[in-house]
Amino acid sequence: MWEKKPILLLVLATLAIMVGTVITMVLPFKWINGEGDRIASVKPYNALQLAGRDVYIREGCNNCHSQVVRPLVADVLRYGDYSKSGEFVYDQPHLWGSRRMGPDLARVGGKYPDAWHVQHMKQPKVMIPQSNMPAYTALVGNAIDPAYTEKKMKVLGFPYNQAEIQALAGKTELDALIAYLQKLGSDIPWRQQAKAVVVGDLVNPFVNDAAAIAEGAKLFDSNCDSCHDLKMESDDTDDVGPPLTNMKDFDENDLFTLIHDGTGAGMPSFASIGVTGIWKIVNFLKNHKEGDDEGHKKGDDEGHEK
Amino acid sequence: MEKTGYNYDIVKSYVHWSILWGTVAVLVGVLIAFQLVYPSLNLEPYLTYGRLRPLHTNAGIFGWGIGSFFALFFYIVQRLCRRPLWSVGLARFQLYFFNATIIAAAVTLLLGFNTSKEYHELEWPLDIMVVILWVVFSINIIMTIVKRKEEHMYISLWYMLATIVGVAVLYIVNAAEIPVSLFKSYSAYAGTNDANVQWWFGHNAVAMVLTAPPLAIFYYFLPKSTGVPIYSHRMSIIAFWSLIFMYLWTGAHHLIWTPVPDWIQTLALVFSLMLIAPSWGSVFNGYLSMGGQWHQMRENYLVKFFILGITFYGLQTLQGPSQAVRTFSAFIHFTEWVPGHVHMGTMGWVSMVLFAGVYCIFPKIYGREVYSIPLANLHFWLVLIGQLIYSVSMWIAGIQQASMWHSMNPDGNLTYTFVETLAQLYPYWTIRAVSGVIYLAGVLVFIYNLIMTARSPEASLSAAAQNV
Ligand code: HEC
Ligand code: HEC
Ligand code: HEM
Ligand code: HEM
Repeated sequence: MWEKKPILLLVLATLAIMVGTVITMVLPFKWINGEGDRIASVKPYNALQLAGRDVYIREGCNNCHSQVVRPLVADVLRYGDYSKSGEFVYDQPHLWGSRRMGPDLARVGGKYPDAWHVQHMKQPKVMIPQSNMPAYTALVGNAIDPAYTEKKMKVLGFPYNQAEIQALAGKTELDALIAYLQKLGSDIPWRQQAKAVVVGDLVNPFVNDAAAIAEGAKLFDSNCDSCHDLKMESDDTDDVGPPLTNMKDFDENDLFTLIHDGTGAGMPSFASIGVTGIWKIVNFLKNHKEGDDEGHKKGDDEGHEK
Repeated sequence: MEKTGYNYDIVKSYVHWSILWGTVAVLVGVLIAFQLVYPSLNLEPYLTYGRLRPLHTNAGIFGWGIGSFFALFFYIVQRLCRRPLWSVGLARFQLYFFNATIIAAAVTLLLGFNTSKEYHELEWPLDIMVVILWVVFSINIIMTIVKRKEEHMYISLWYMLATIVGVAVLYIVNAAEIPVSLFKSYSAYAGTNDANVQWWFGHNAVAMVLTAPPLAIFYYFLPKSTGVPIYSHRMSIIAFWSLIFMYLWTGAHHLIWTPVPDWIQTLALVFSLMLIAPSWGSVFNGYLSMGGQWHQMRENYLVKFFILGITFYGLQTLQGPSQAVRTFSAFIHFTEWVPGHVHMGTMGWVSMVLFAGVYCIFPKIYGREVYSIPLANLHFWLVLIGQLIYSVSMWIAGIQQASMWHSMNPDGNLTYTFVETLAQLYPYWTIRAVSGVIYLAGVLVFIYNLIMTARSPEASLSAAAQNV
């Protein structure tokens, strides 16, 4: 019958598509972002962060970066505590993304110092030679418009004060973007909780173990090289961390703890490398003499050539 | 040429424009594929990967996909209703408006005006243009069908009507946003809600744009090309209704393991698996309609396009549901595997059917036989090989990437840093970029063949072509 009645077919088709729509899309509004989801410590974006978020959207960073950590072992180890619904209640739109061309950014806040981001955004390839992230050199030249940003805060109903708006004058899009990145995932105290505690006394298992030292060198290349040089007359003077020239005098247990816990002042925690891995790096650094760093200078890592 | 009373001029214009936008989509696809290998190809600020990728997907889905659907629907609807288009004037207005929208979309996307939502990146003023476009199109199709001279509505018309309501509902609901300025708005939904609405839209864009319209075209032209009617009418009915009923439940399979409530994910998984049935209903219907005619695979290039197209649809609708399974999703989600899946659907299924559809109507709208069948065969092989290399290389890349992401040392720590996993992908990305060039070559052969057809002297058509 419907095969002869186009209007009837339209009505029936609409009914057919509405069933699944109502149940899986409309109904969930009843629960999602409700009381059960709320997390008291999650705060709306401030004016600078919101401006940065809009730069992120404009540049389409979400085409390469996801912002949602799944409750899977590998995700949690790599990126941090898994994402909770309540962390996103101020995200209009959400920016979970569908691809991980680059790392997930849901918990990147606090991972690096601002100086690292400044250089990475301008020249990703200098920091990470294998990177294919585009260089964003123009953002430093673009100013944030305080009045427009205030309007955005009003539209979203986020709290702000005039001092915050005035402080936007003179800020660049890069400042805003970094402020946004530093906020990501840091509203809940997951870093403190995730801080793994090493049980028992520290014992260096690899004293003078040549194989372990070689592996330590590799681990250094892939984890530390973007911030630290191994020699004094560094080729790029704007490294984020100090050159690690002479580690011989560093107490090995102190060195271990520093790498494991980070310093909270720019040096991130590397507990995720694992106890064995960190000991390998410690032994590599302790055995490293200036002059024999030819193999791990910045830029000559294996893999993709520039 | 107009002796039948059908209006083919309008169809002709749509074909030209959709092919132009299709070429843009493929060119930009090749460009972004190379950008991933050579990041220095990113030209700030307008031509960076983050802005070009949405341009690629929009040009592909809306310019090439929807544009060709307009062309072929306007053709098919006249034939199936045995009457001219309800309003040619409206269709012409729609053509200008369509091109204006696509151009505006390309410009605004490059300027960085976007909502961030996949396949719905266009900002609110463009949303309004899209809605107007769709209303105008719907009225014309519906009125032509209402005033038809043929009592029975053929299968293709069901899919057309479903597309019309489906796209309207999806697009408008997902477009709810609060404007801040002319080219900036914020989504009306927040966080997890926003994600759930977006992927309800996203997956059903696959249903209502990349599945139903190509099926309408397939059901119309396959029998025309082979001369054998569709195998089972009953199977068509069941497949149609269950397809449009089930699709809408499955959006959350893009959100497995996210904070979206578990029960929504589970429903999405279950319905994704059930979708195999109606999808394969159409695949079997296509295969069985070939009964006794398989030799045409050798002789008739149109049949090759259609049968390969429906085969990729069949593979796509087996692979898709498997990606919705929690354990497999944990593995492949976010990886290179997904572009492999996507392009088997877009470059294989959708584009194959569209190429064939255009070849079918070209002799009709130009009154000339297709210029060269060997060239059409060359086109077939180039796009097939390009697409296969693309998808296979991405599947392998995705599996390797996923294994490395999940690999753990005996001490319970990750084996590889993110950057180490990244470094492994470059060879695959290079292969993918080359596969894109092969595909592009196929598209250029296609265009050349069509231009030569249009330019060749008018000749009387063979009976077979008349029949289309
Ligand atoms: C072509 C894809 C691509 C685009 C577009 C892109 N990135 Fe990246 N991003 C990467 C890759 C690959 C890495 C990993 C290598 C590196 O650190 O450079 C990365 C790394 C990062 C990191 C470091 C993450 C970590 O945990 O080490 C940050 C922060 C970042 N990107 C921010 C951004 C921002 C902000 C934008 C938009 C302005 C952006 N990215 C656009 C691919 C991309
Ligand atoms: C994001 C950049 C960054 C990365 C990556 C990084 N560090 Fe650091 N590191 C710093 C900064 C900044 C300092 C100095 C400020 C401080 O003490 O926190 C520092 C300090 C240090 C120091 C103390 C130096 C001294 O002379 O007091 C050592 C040792 C060190 N890092 C080792 C490492 C090792 C080993 C790795 C790799 C596992 C690493 N760092 C990775 C930024 C980084
Ligand atoms: C029964 C049918 C299908 C099912 C159940 C299905 C399932 C899926 C799933 C689960 C994903 C998400 C992968 C991930 O990110 O983890 C996906 C992605 C996708 N599929 Fe399918 N698929 C089906 C058919 C198709 C068809 C016919 C096309 C046509 C081209 C298609 C196009 C896409 C696209 C474009 C994406 C990418 C979305 C994105 O992340 O941006 N799918 N599909
Ligand atoms: C030569 C042909 C093509 C090439 C080289 C190409 C290349 C690409 C590349 C590099 C991406 C980004 C993948 C990623 O996220 O890693 C992409 C995404 C995409 N392309 Fe293409 N493409 C081609 C043809 C097409 C066509 C014809 C269509 C549509 C009709 C299309 C639709 C899409 C879609 C929907 C996505 C998003 C996929 C996702 O979310 O995972 N592509 N393409």
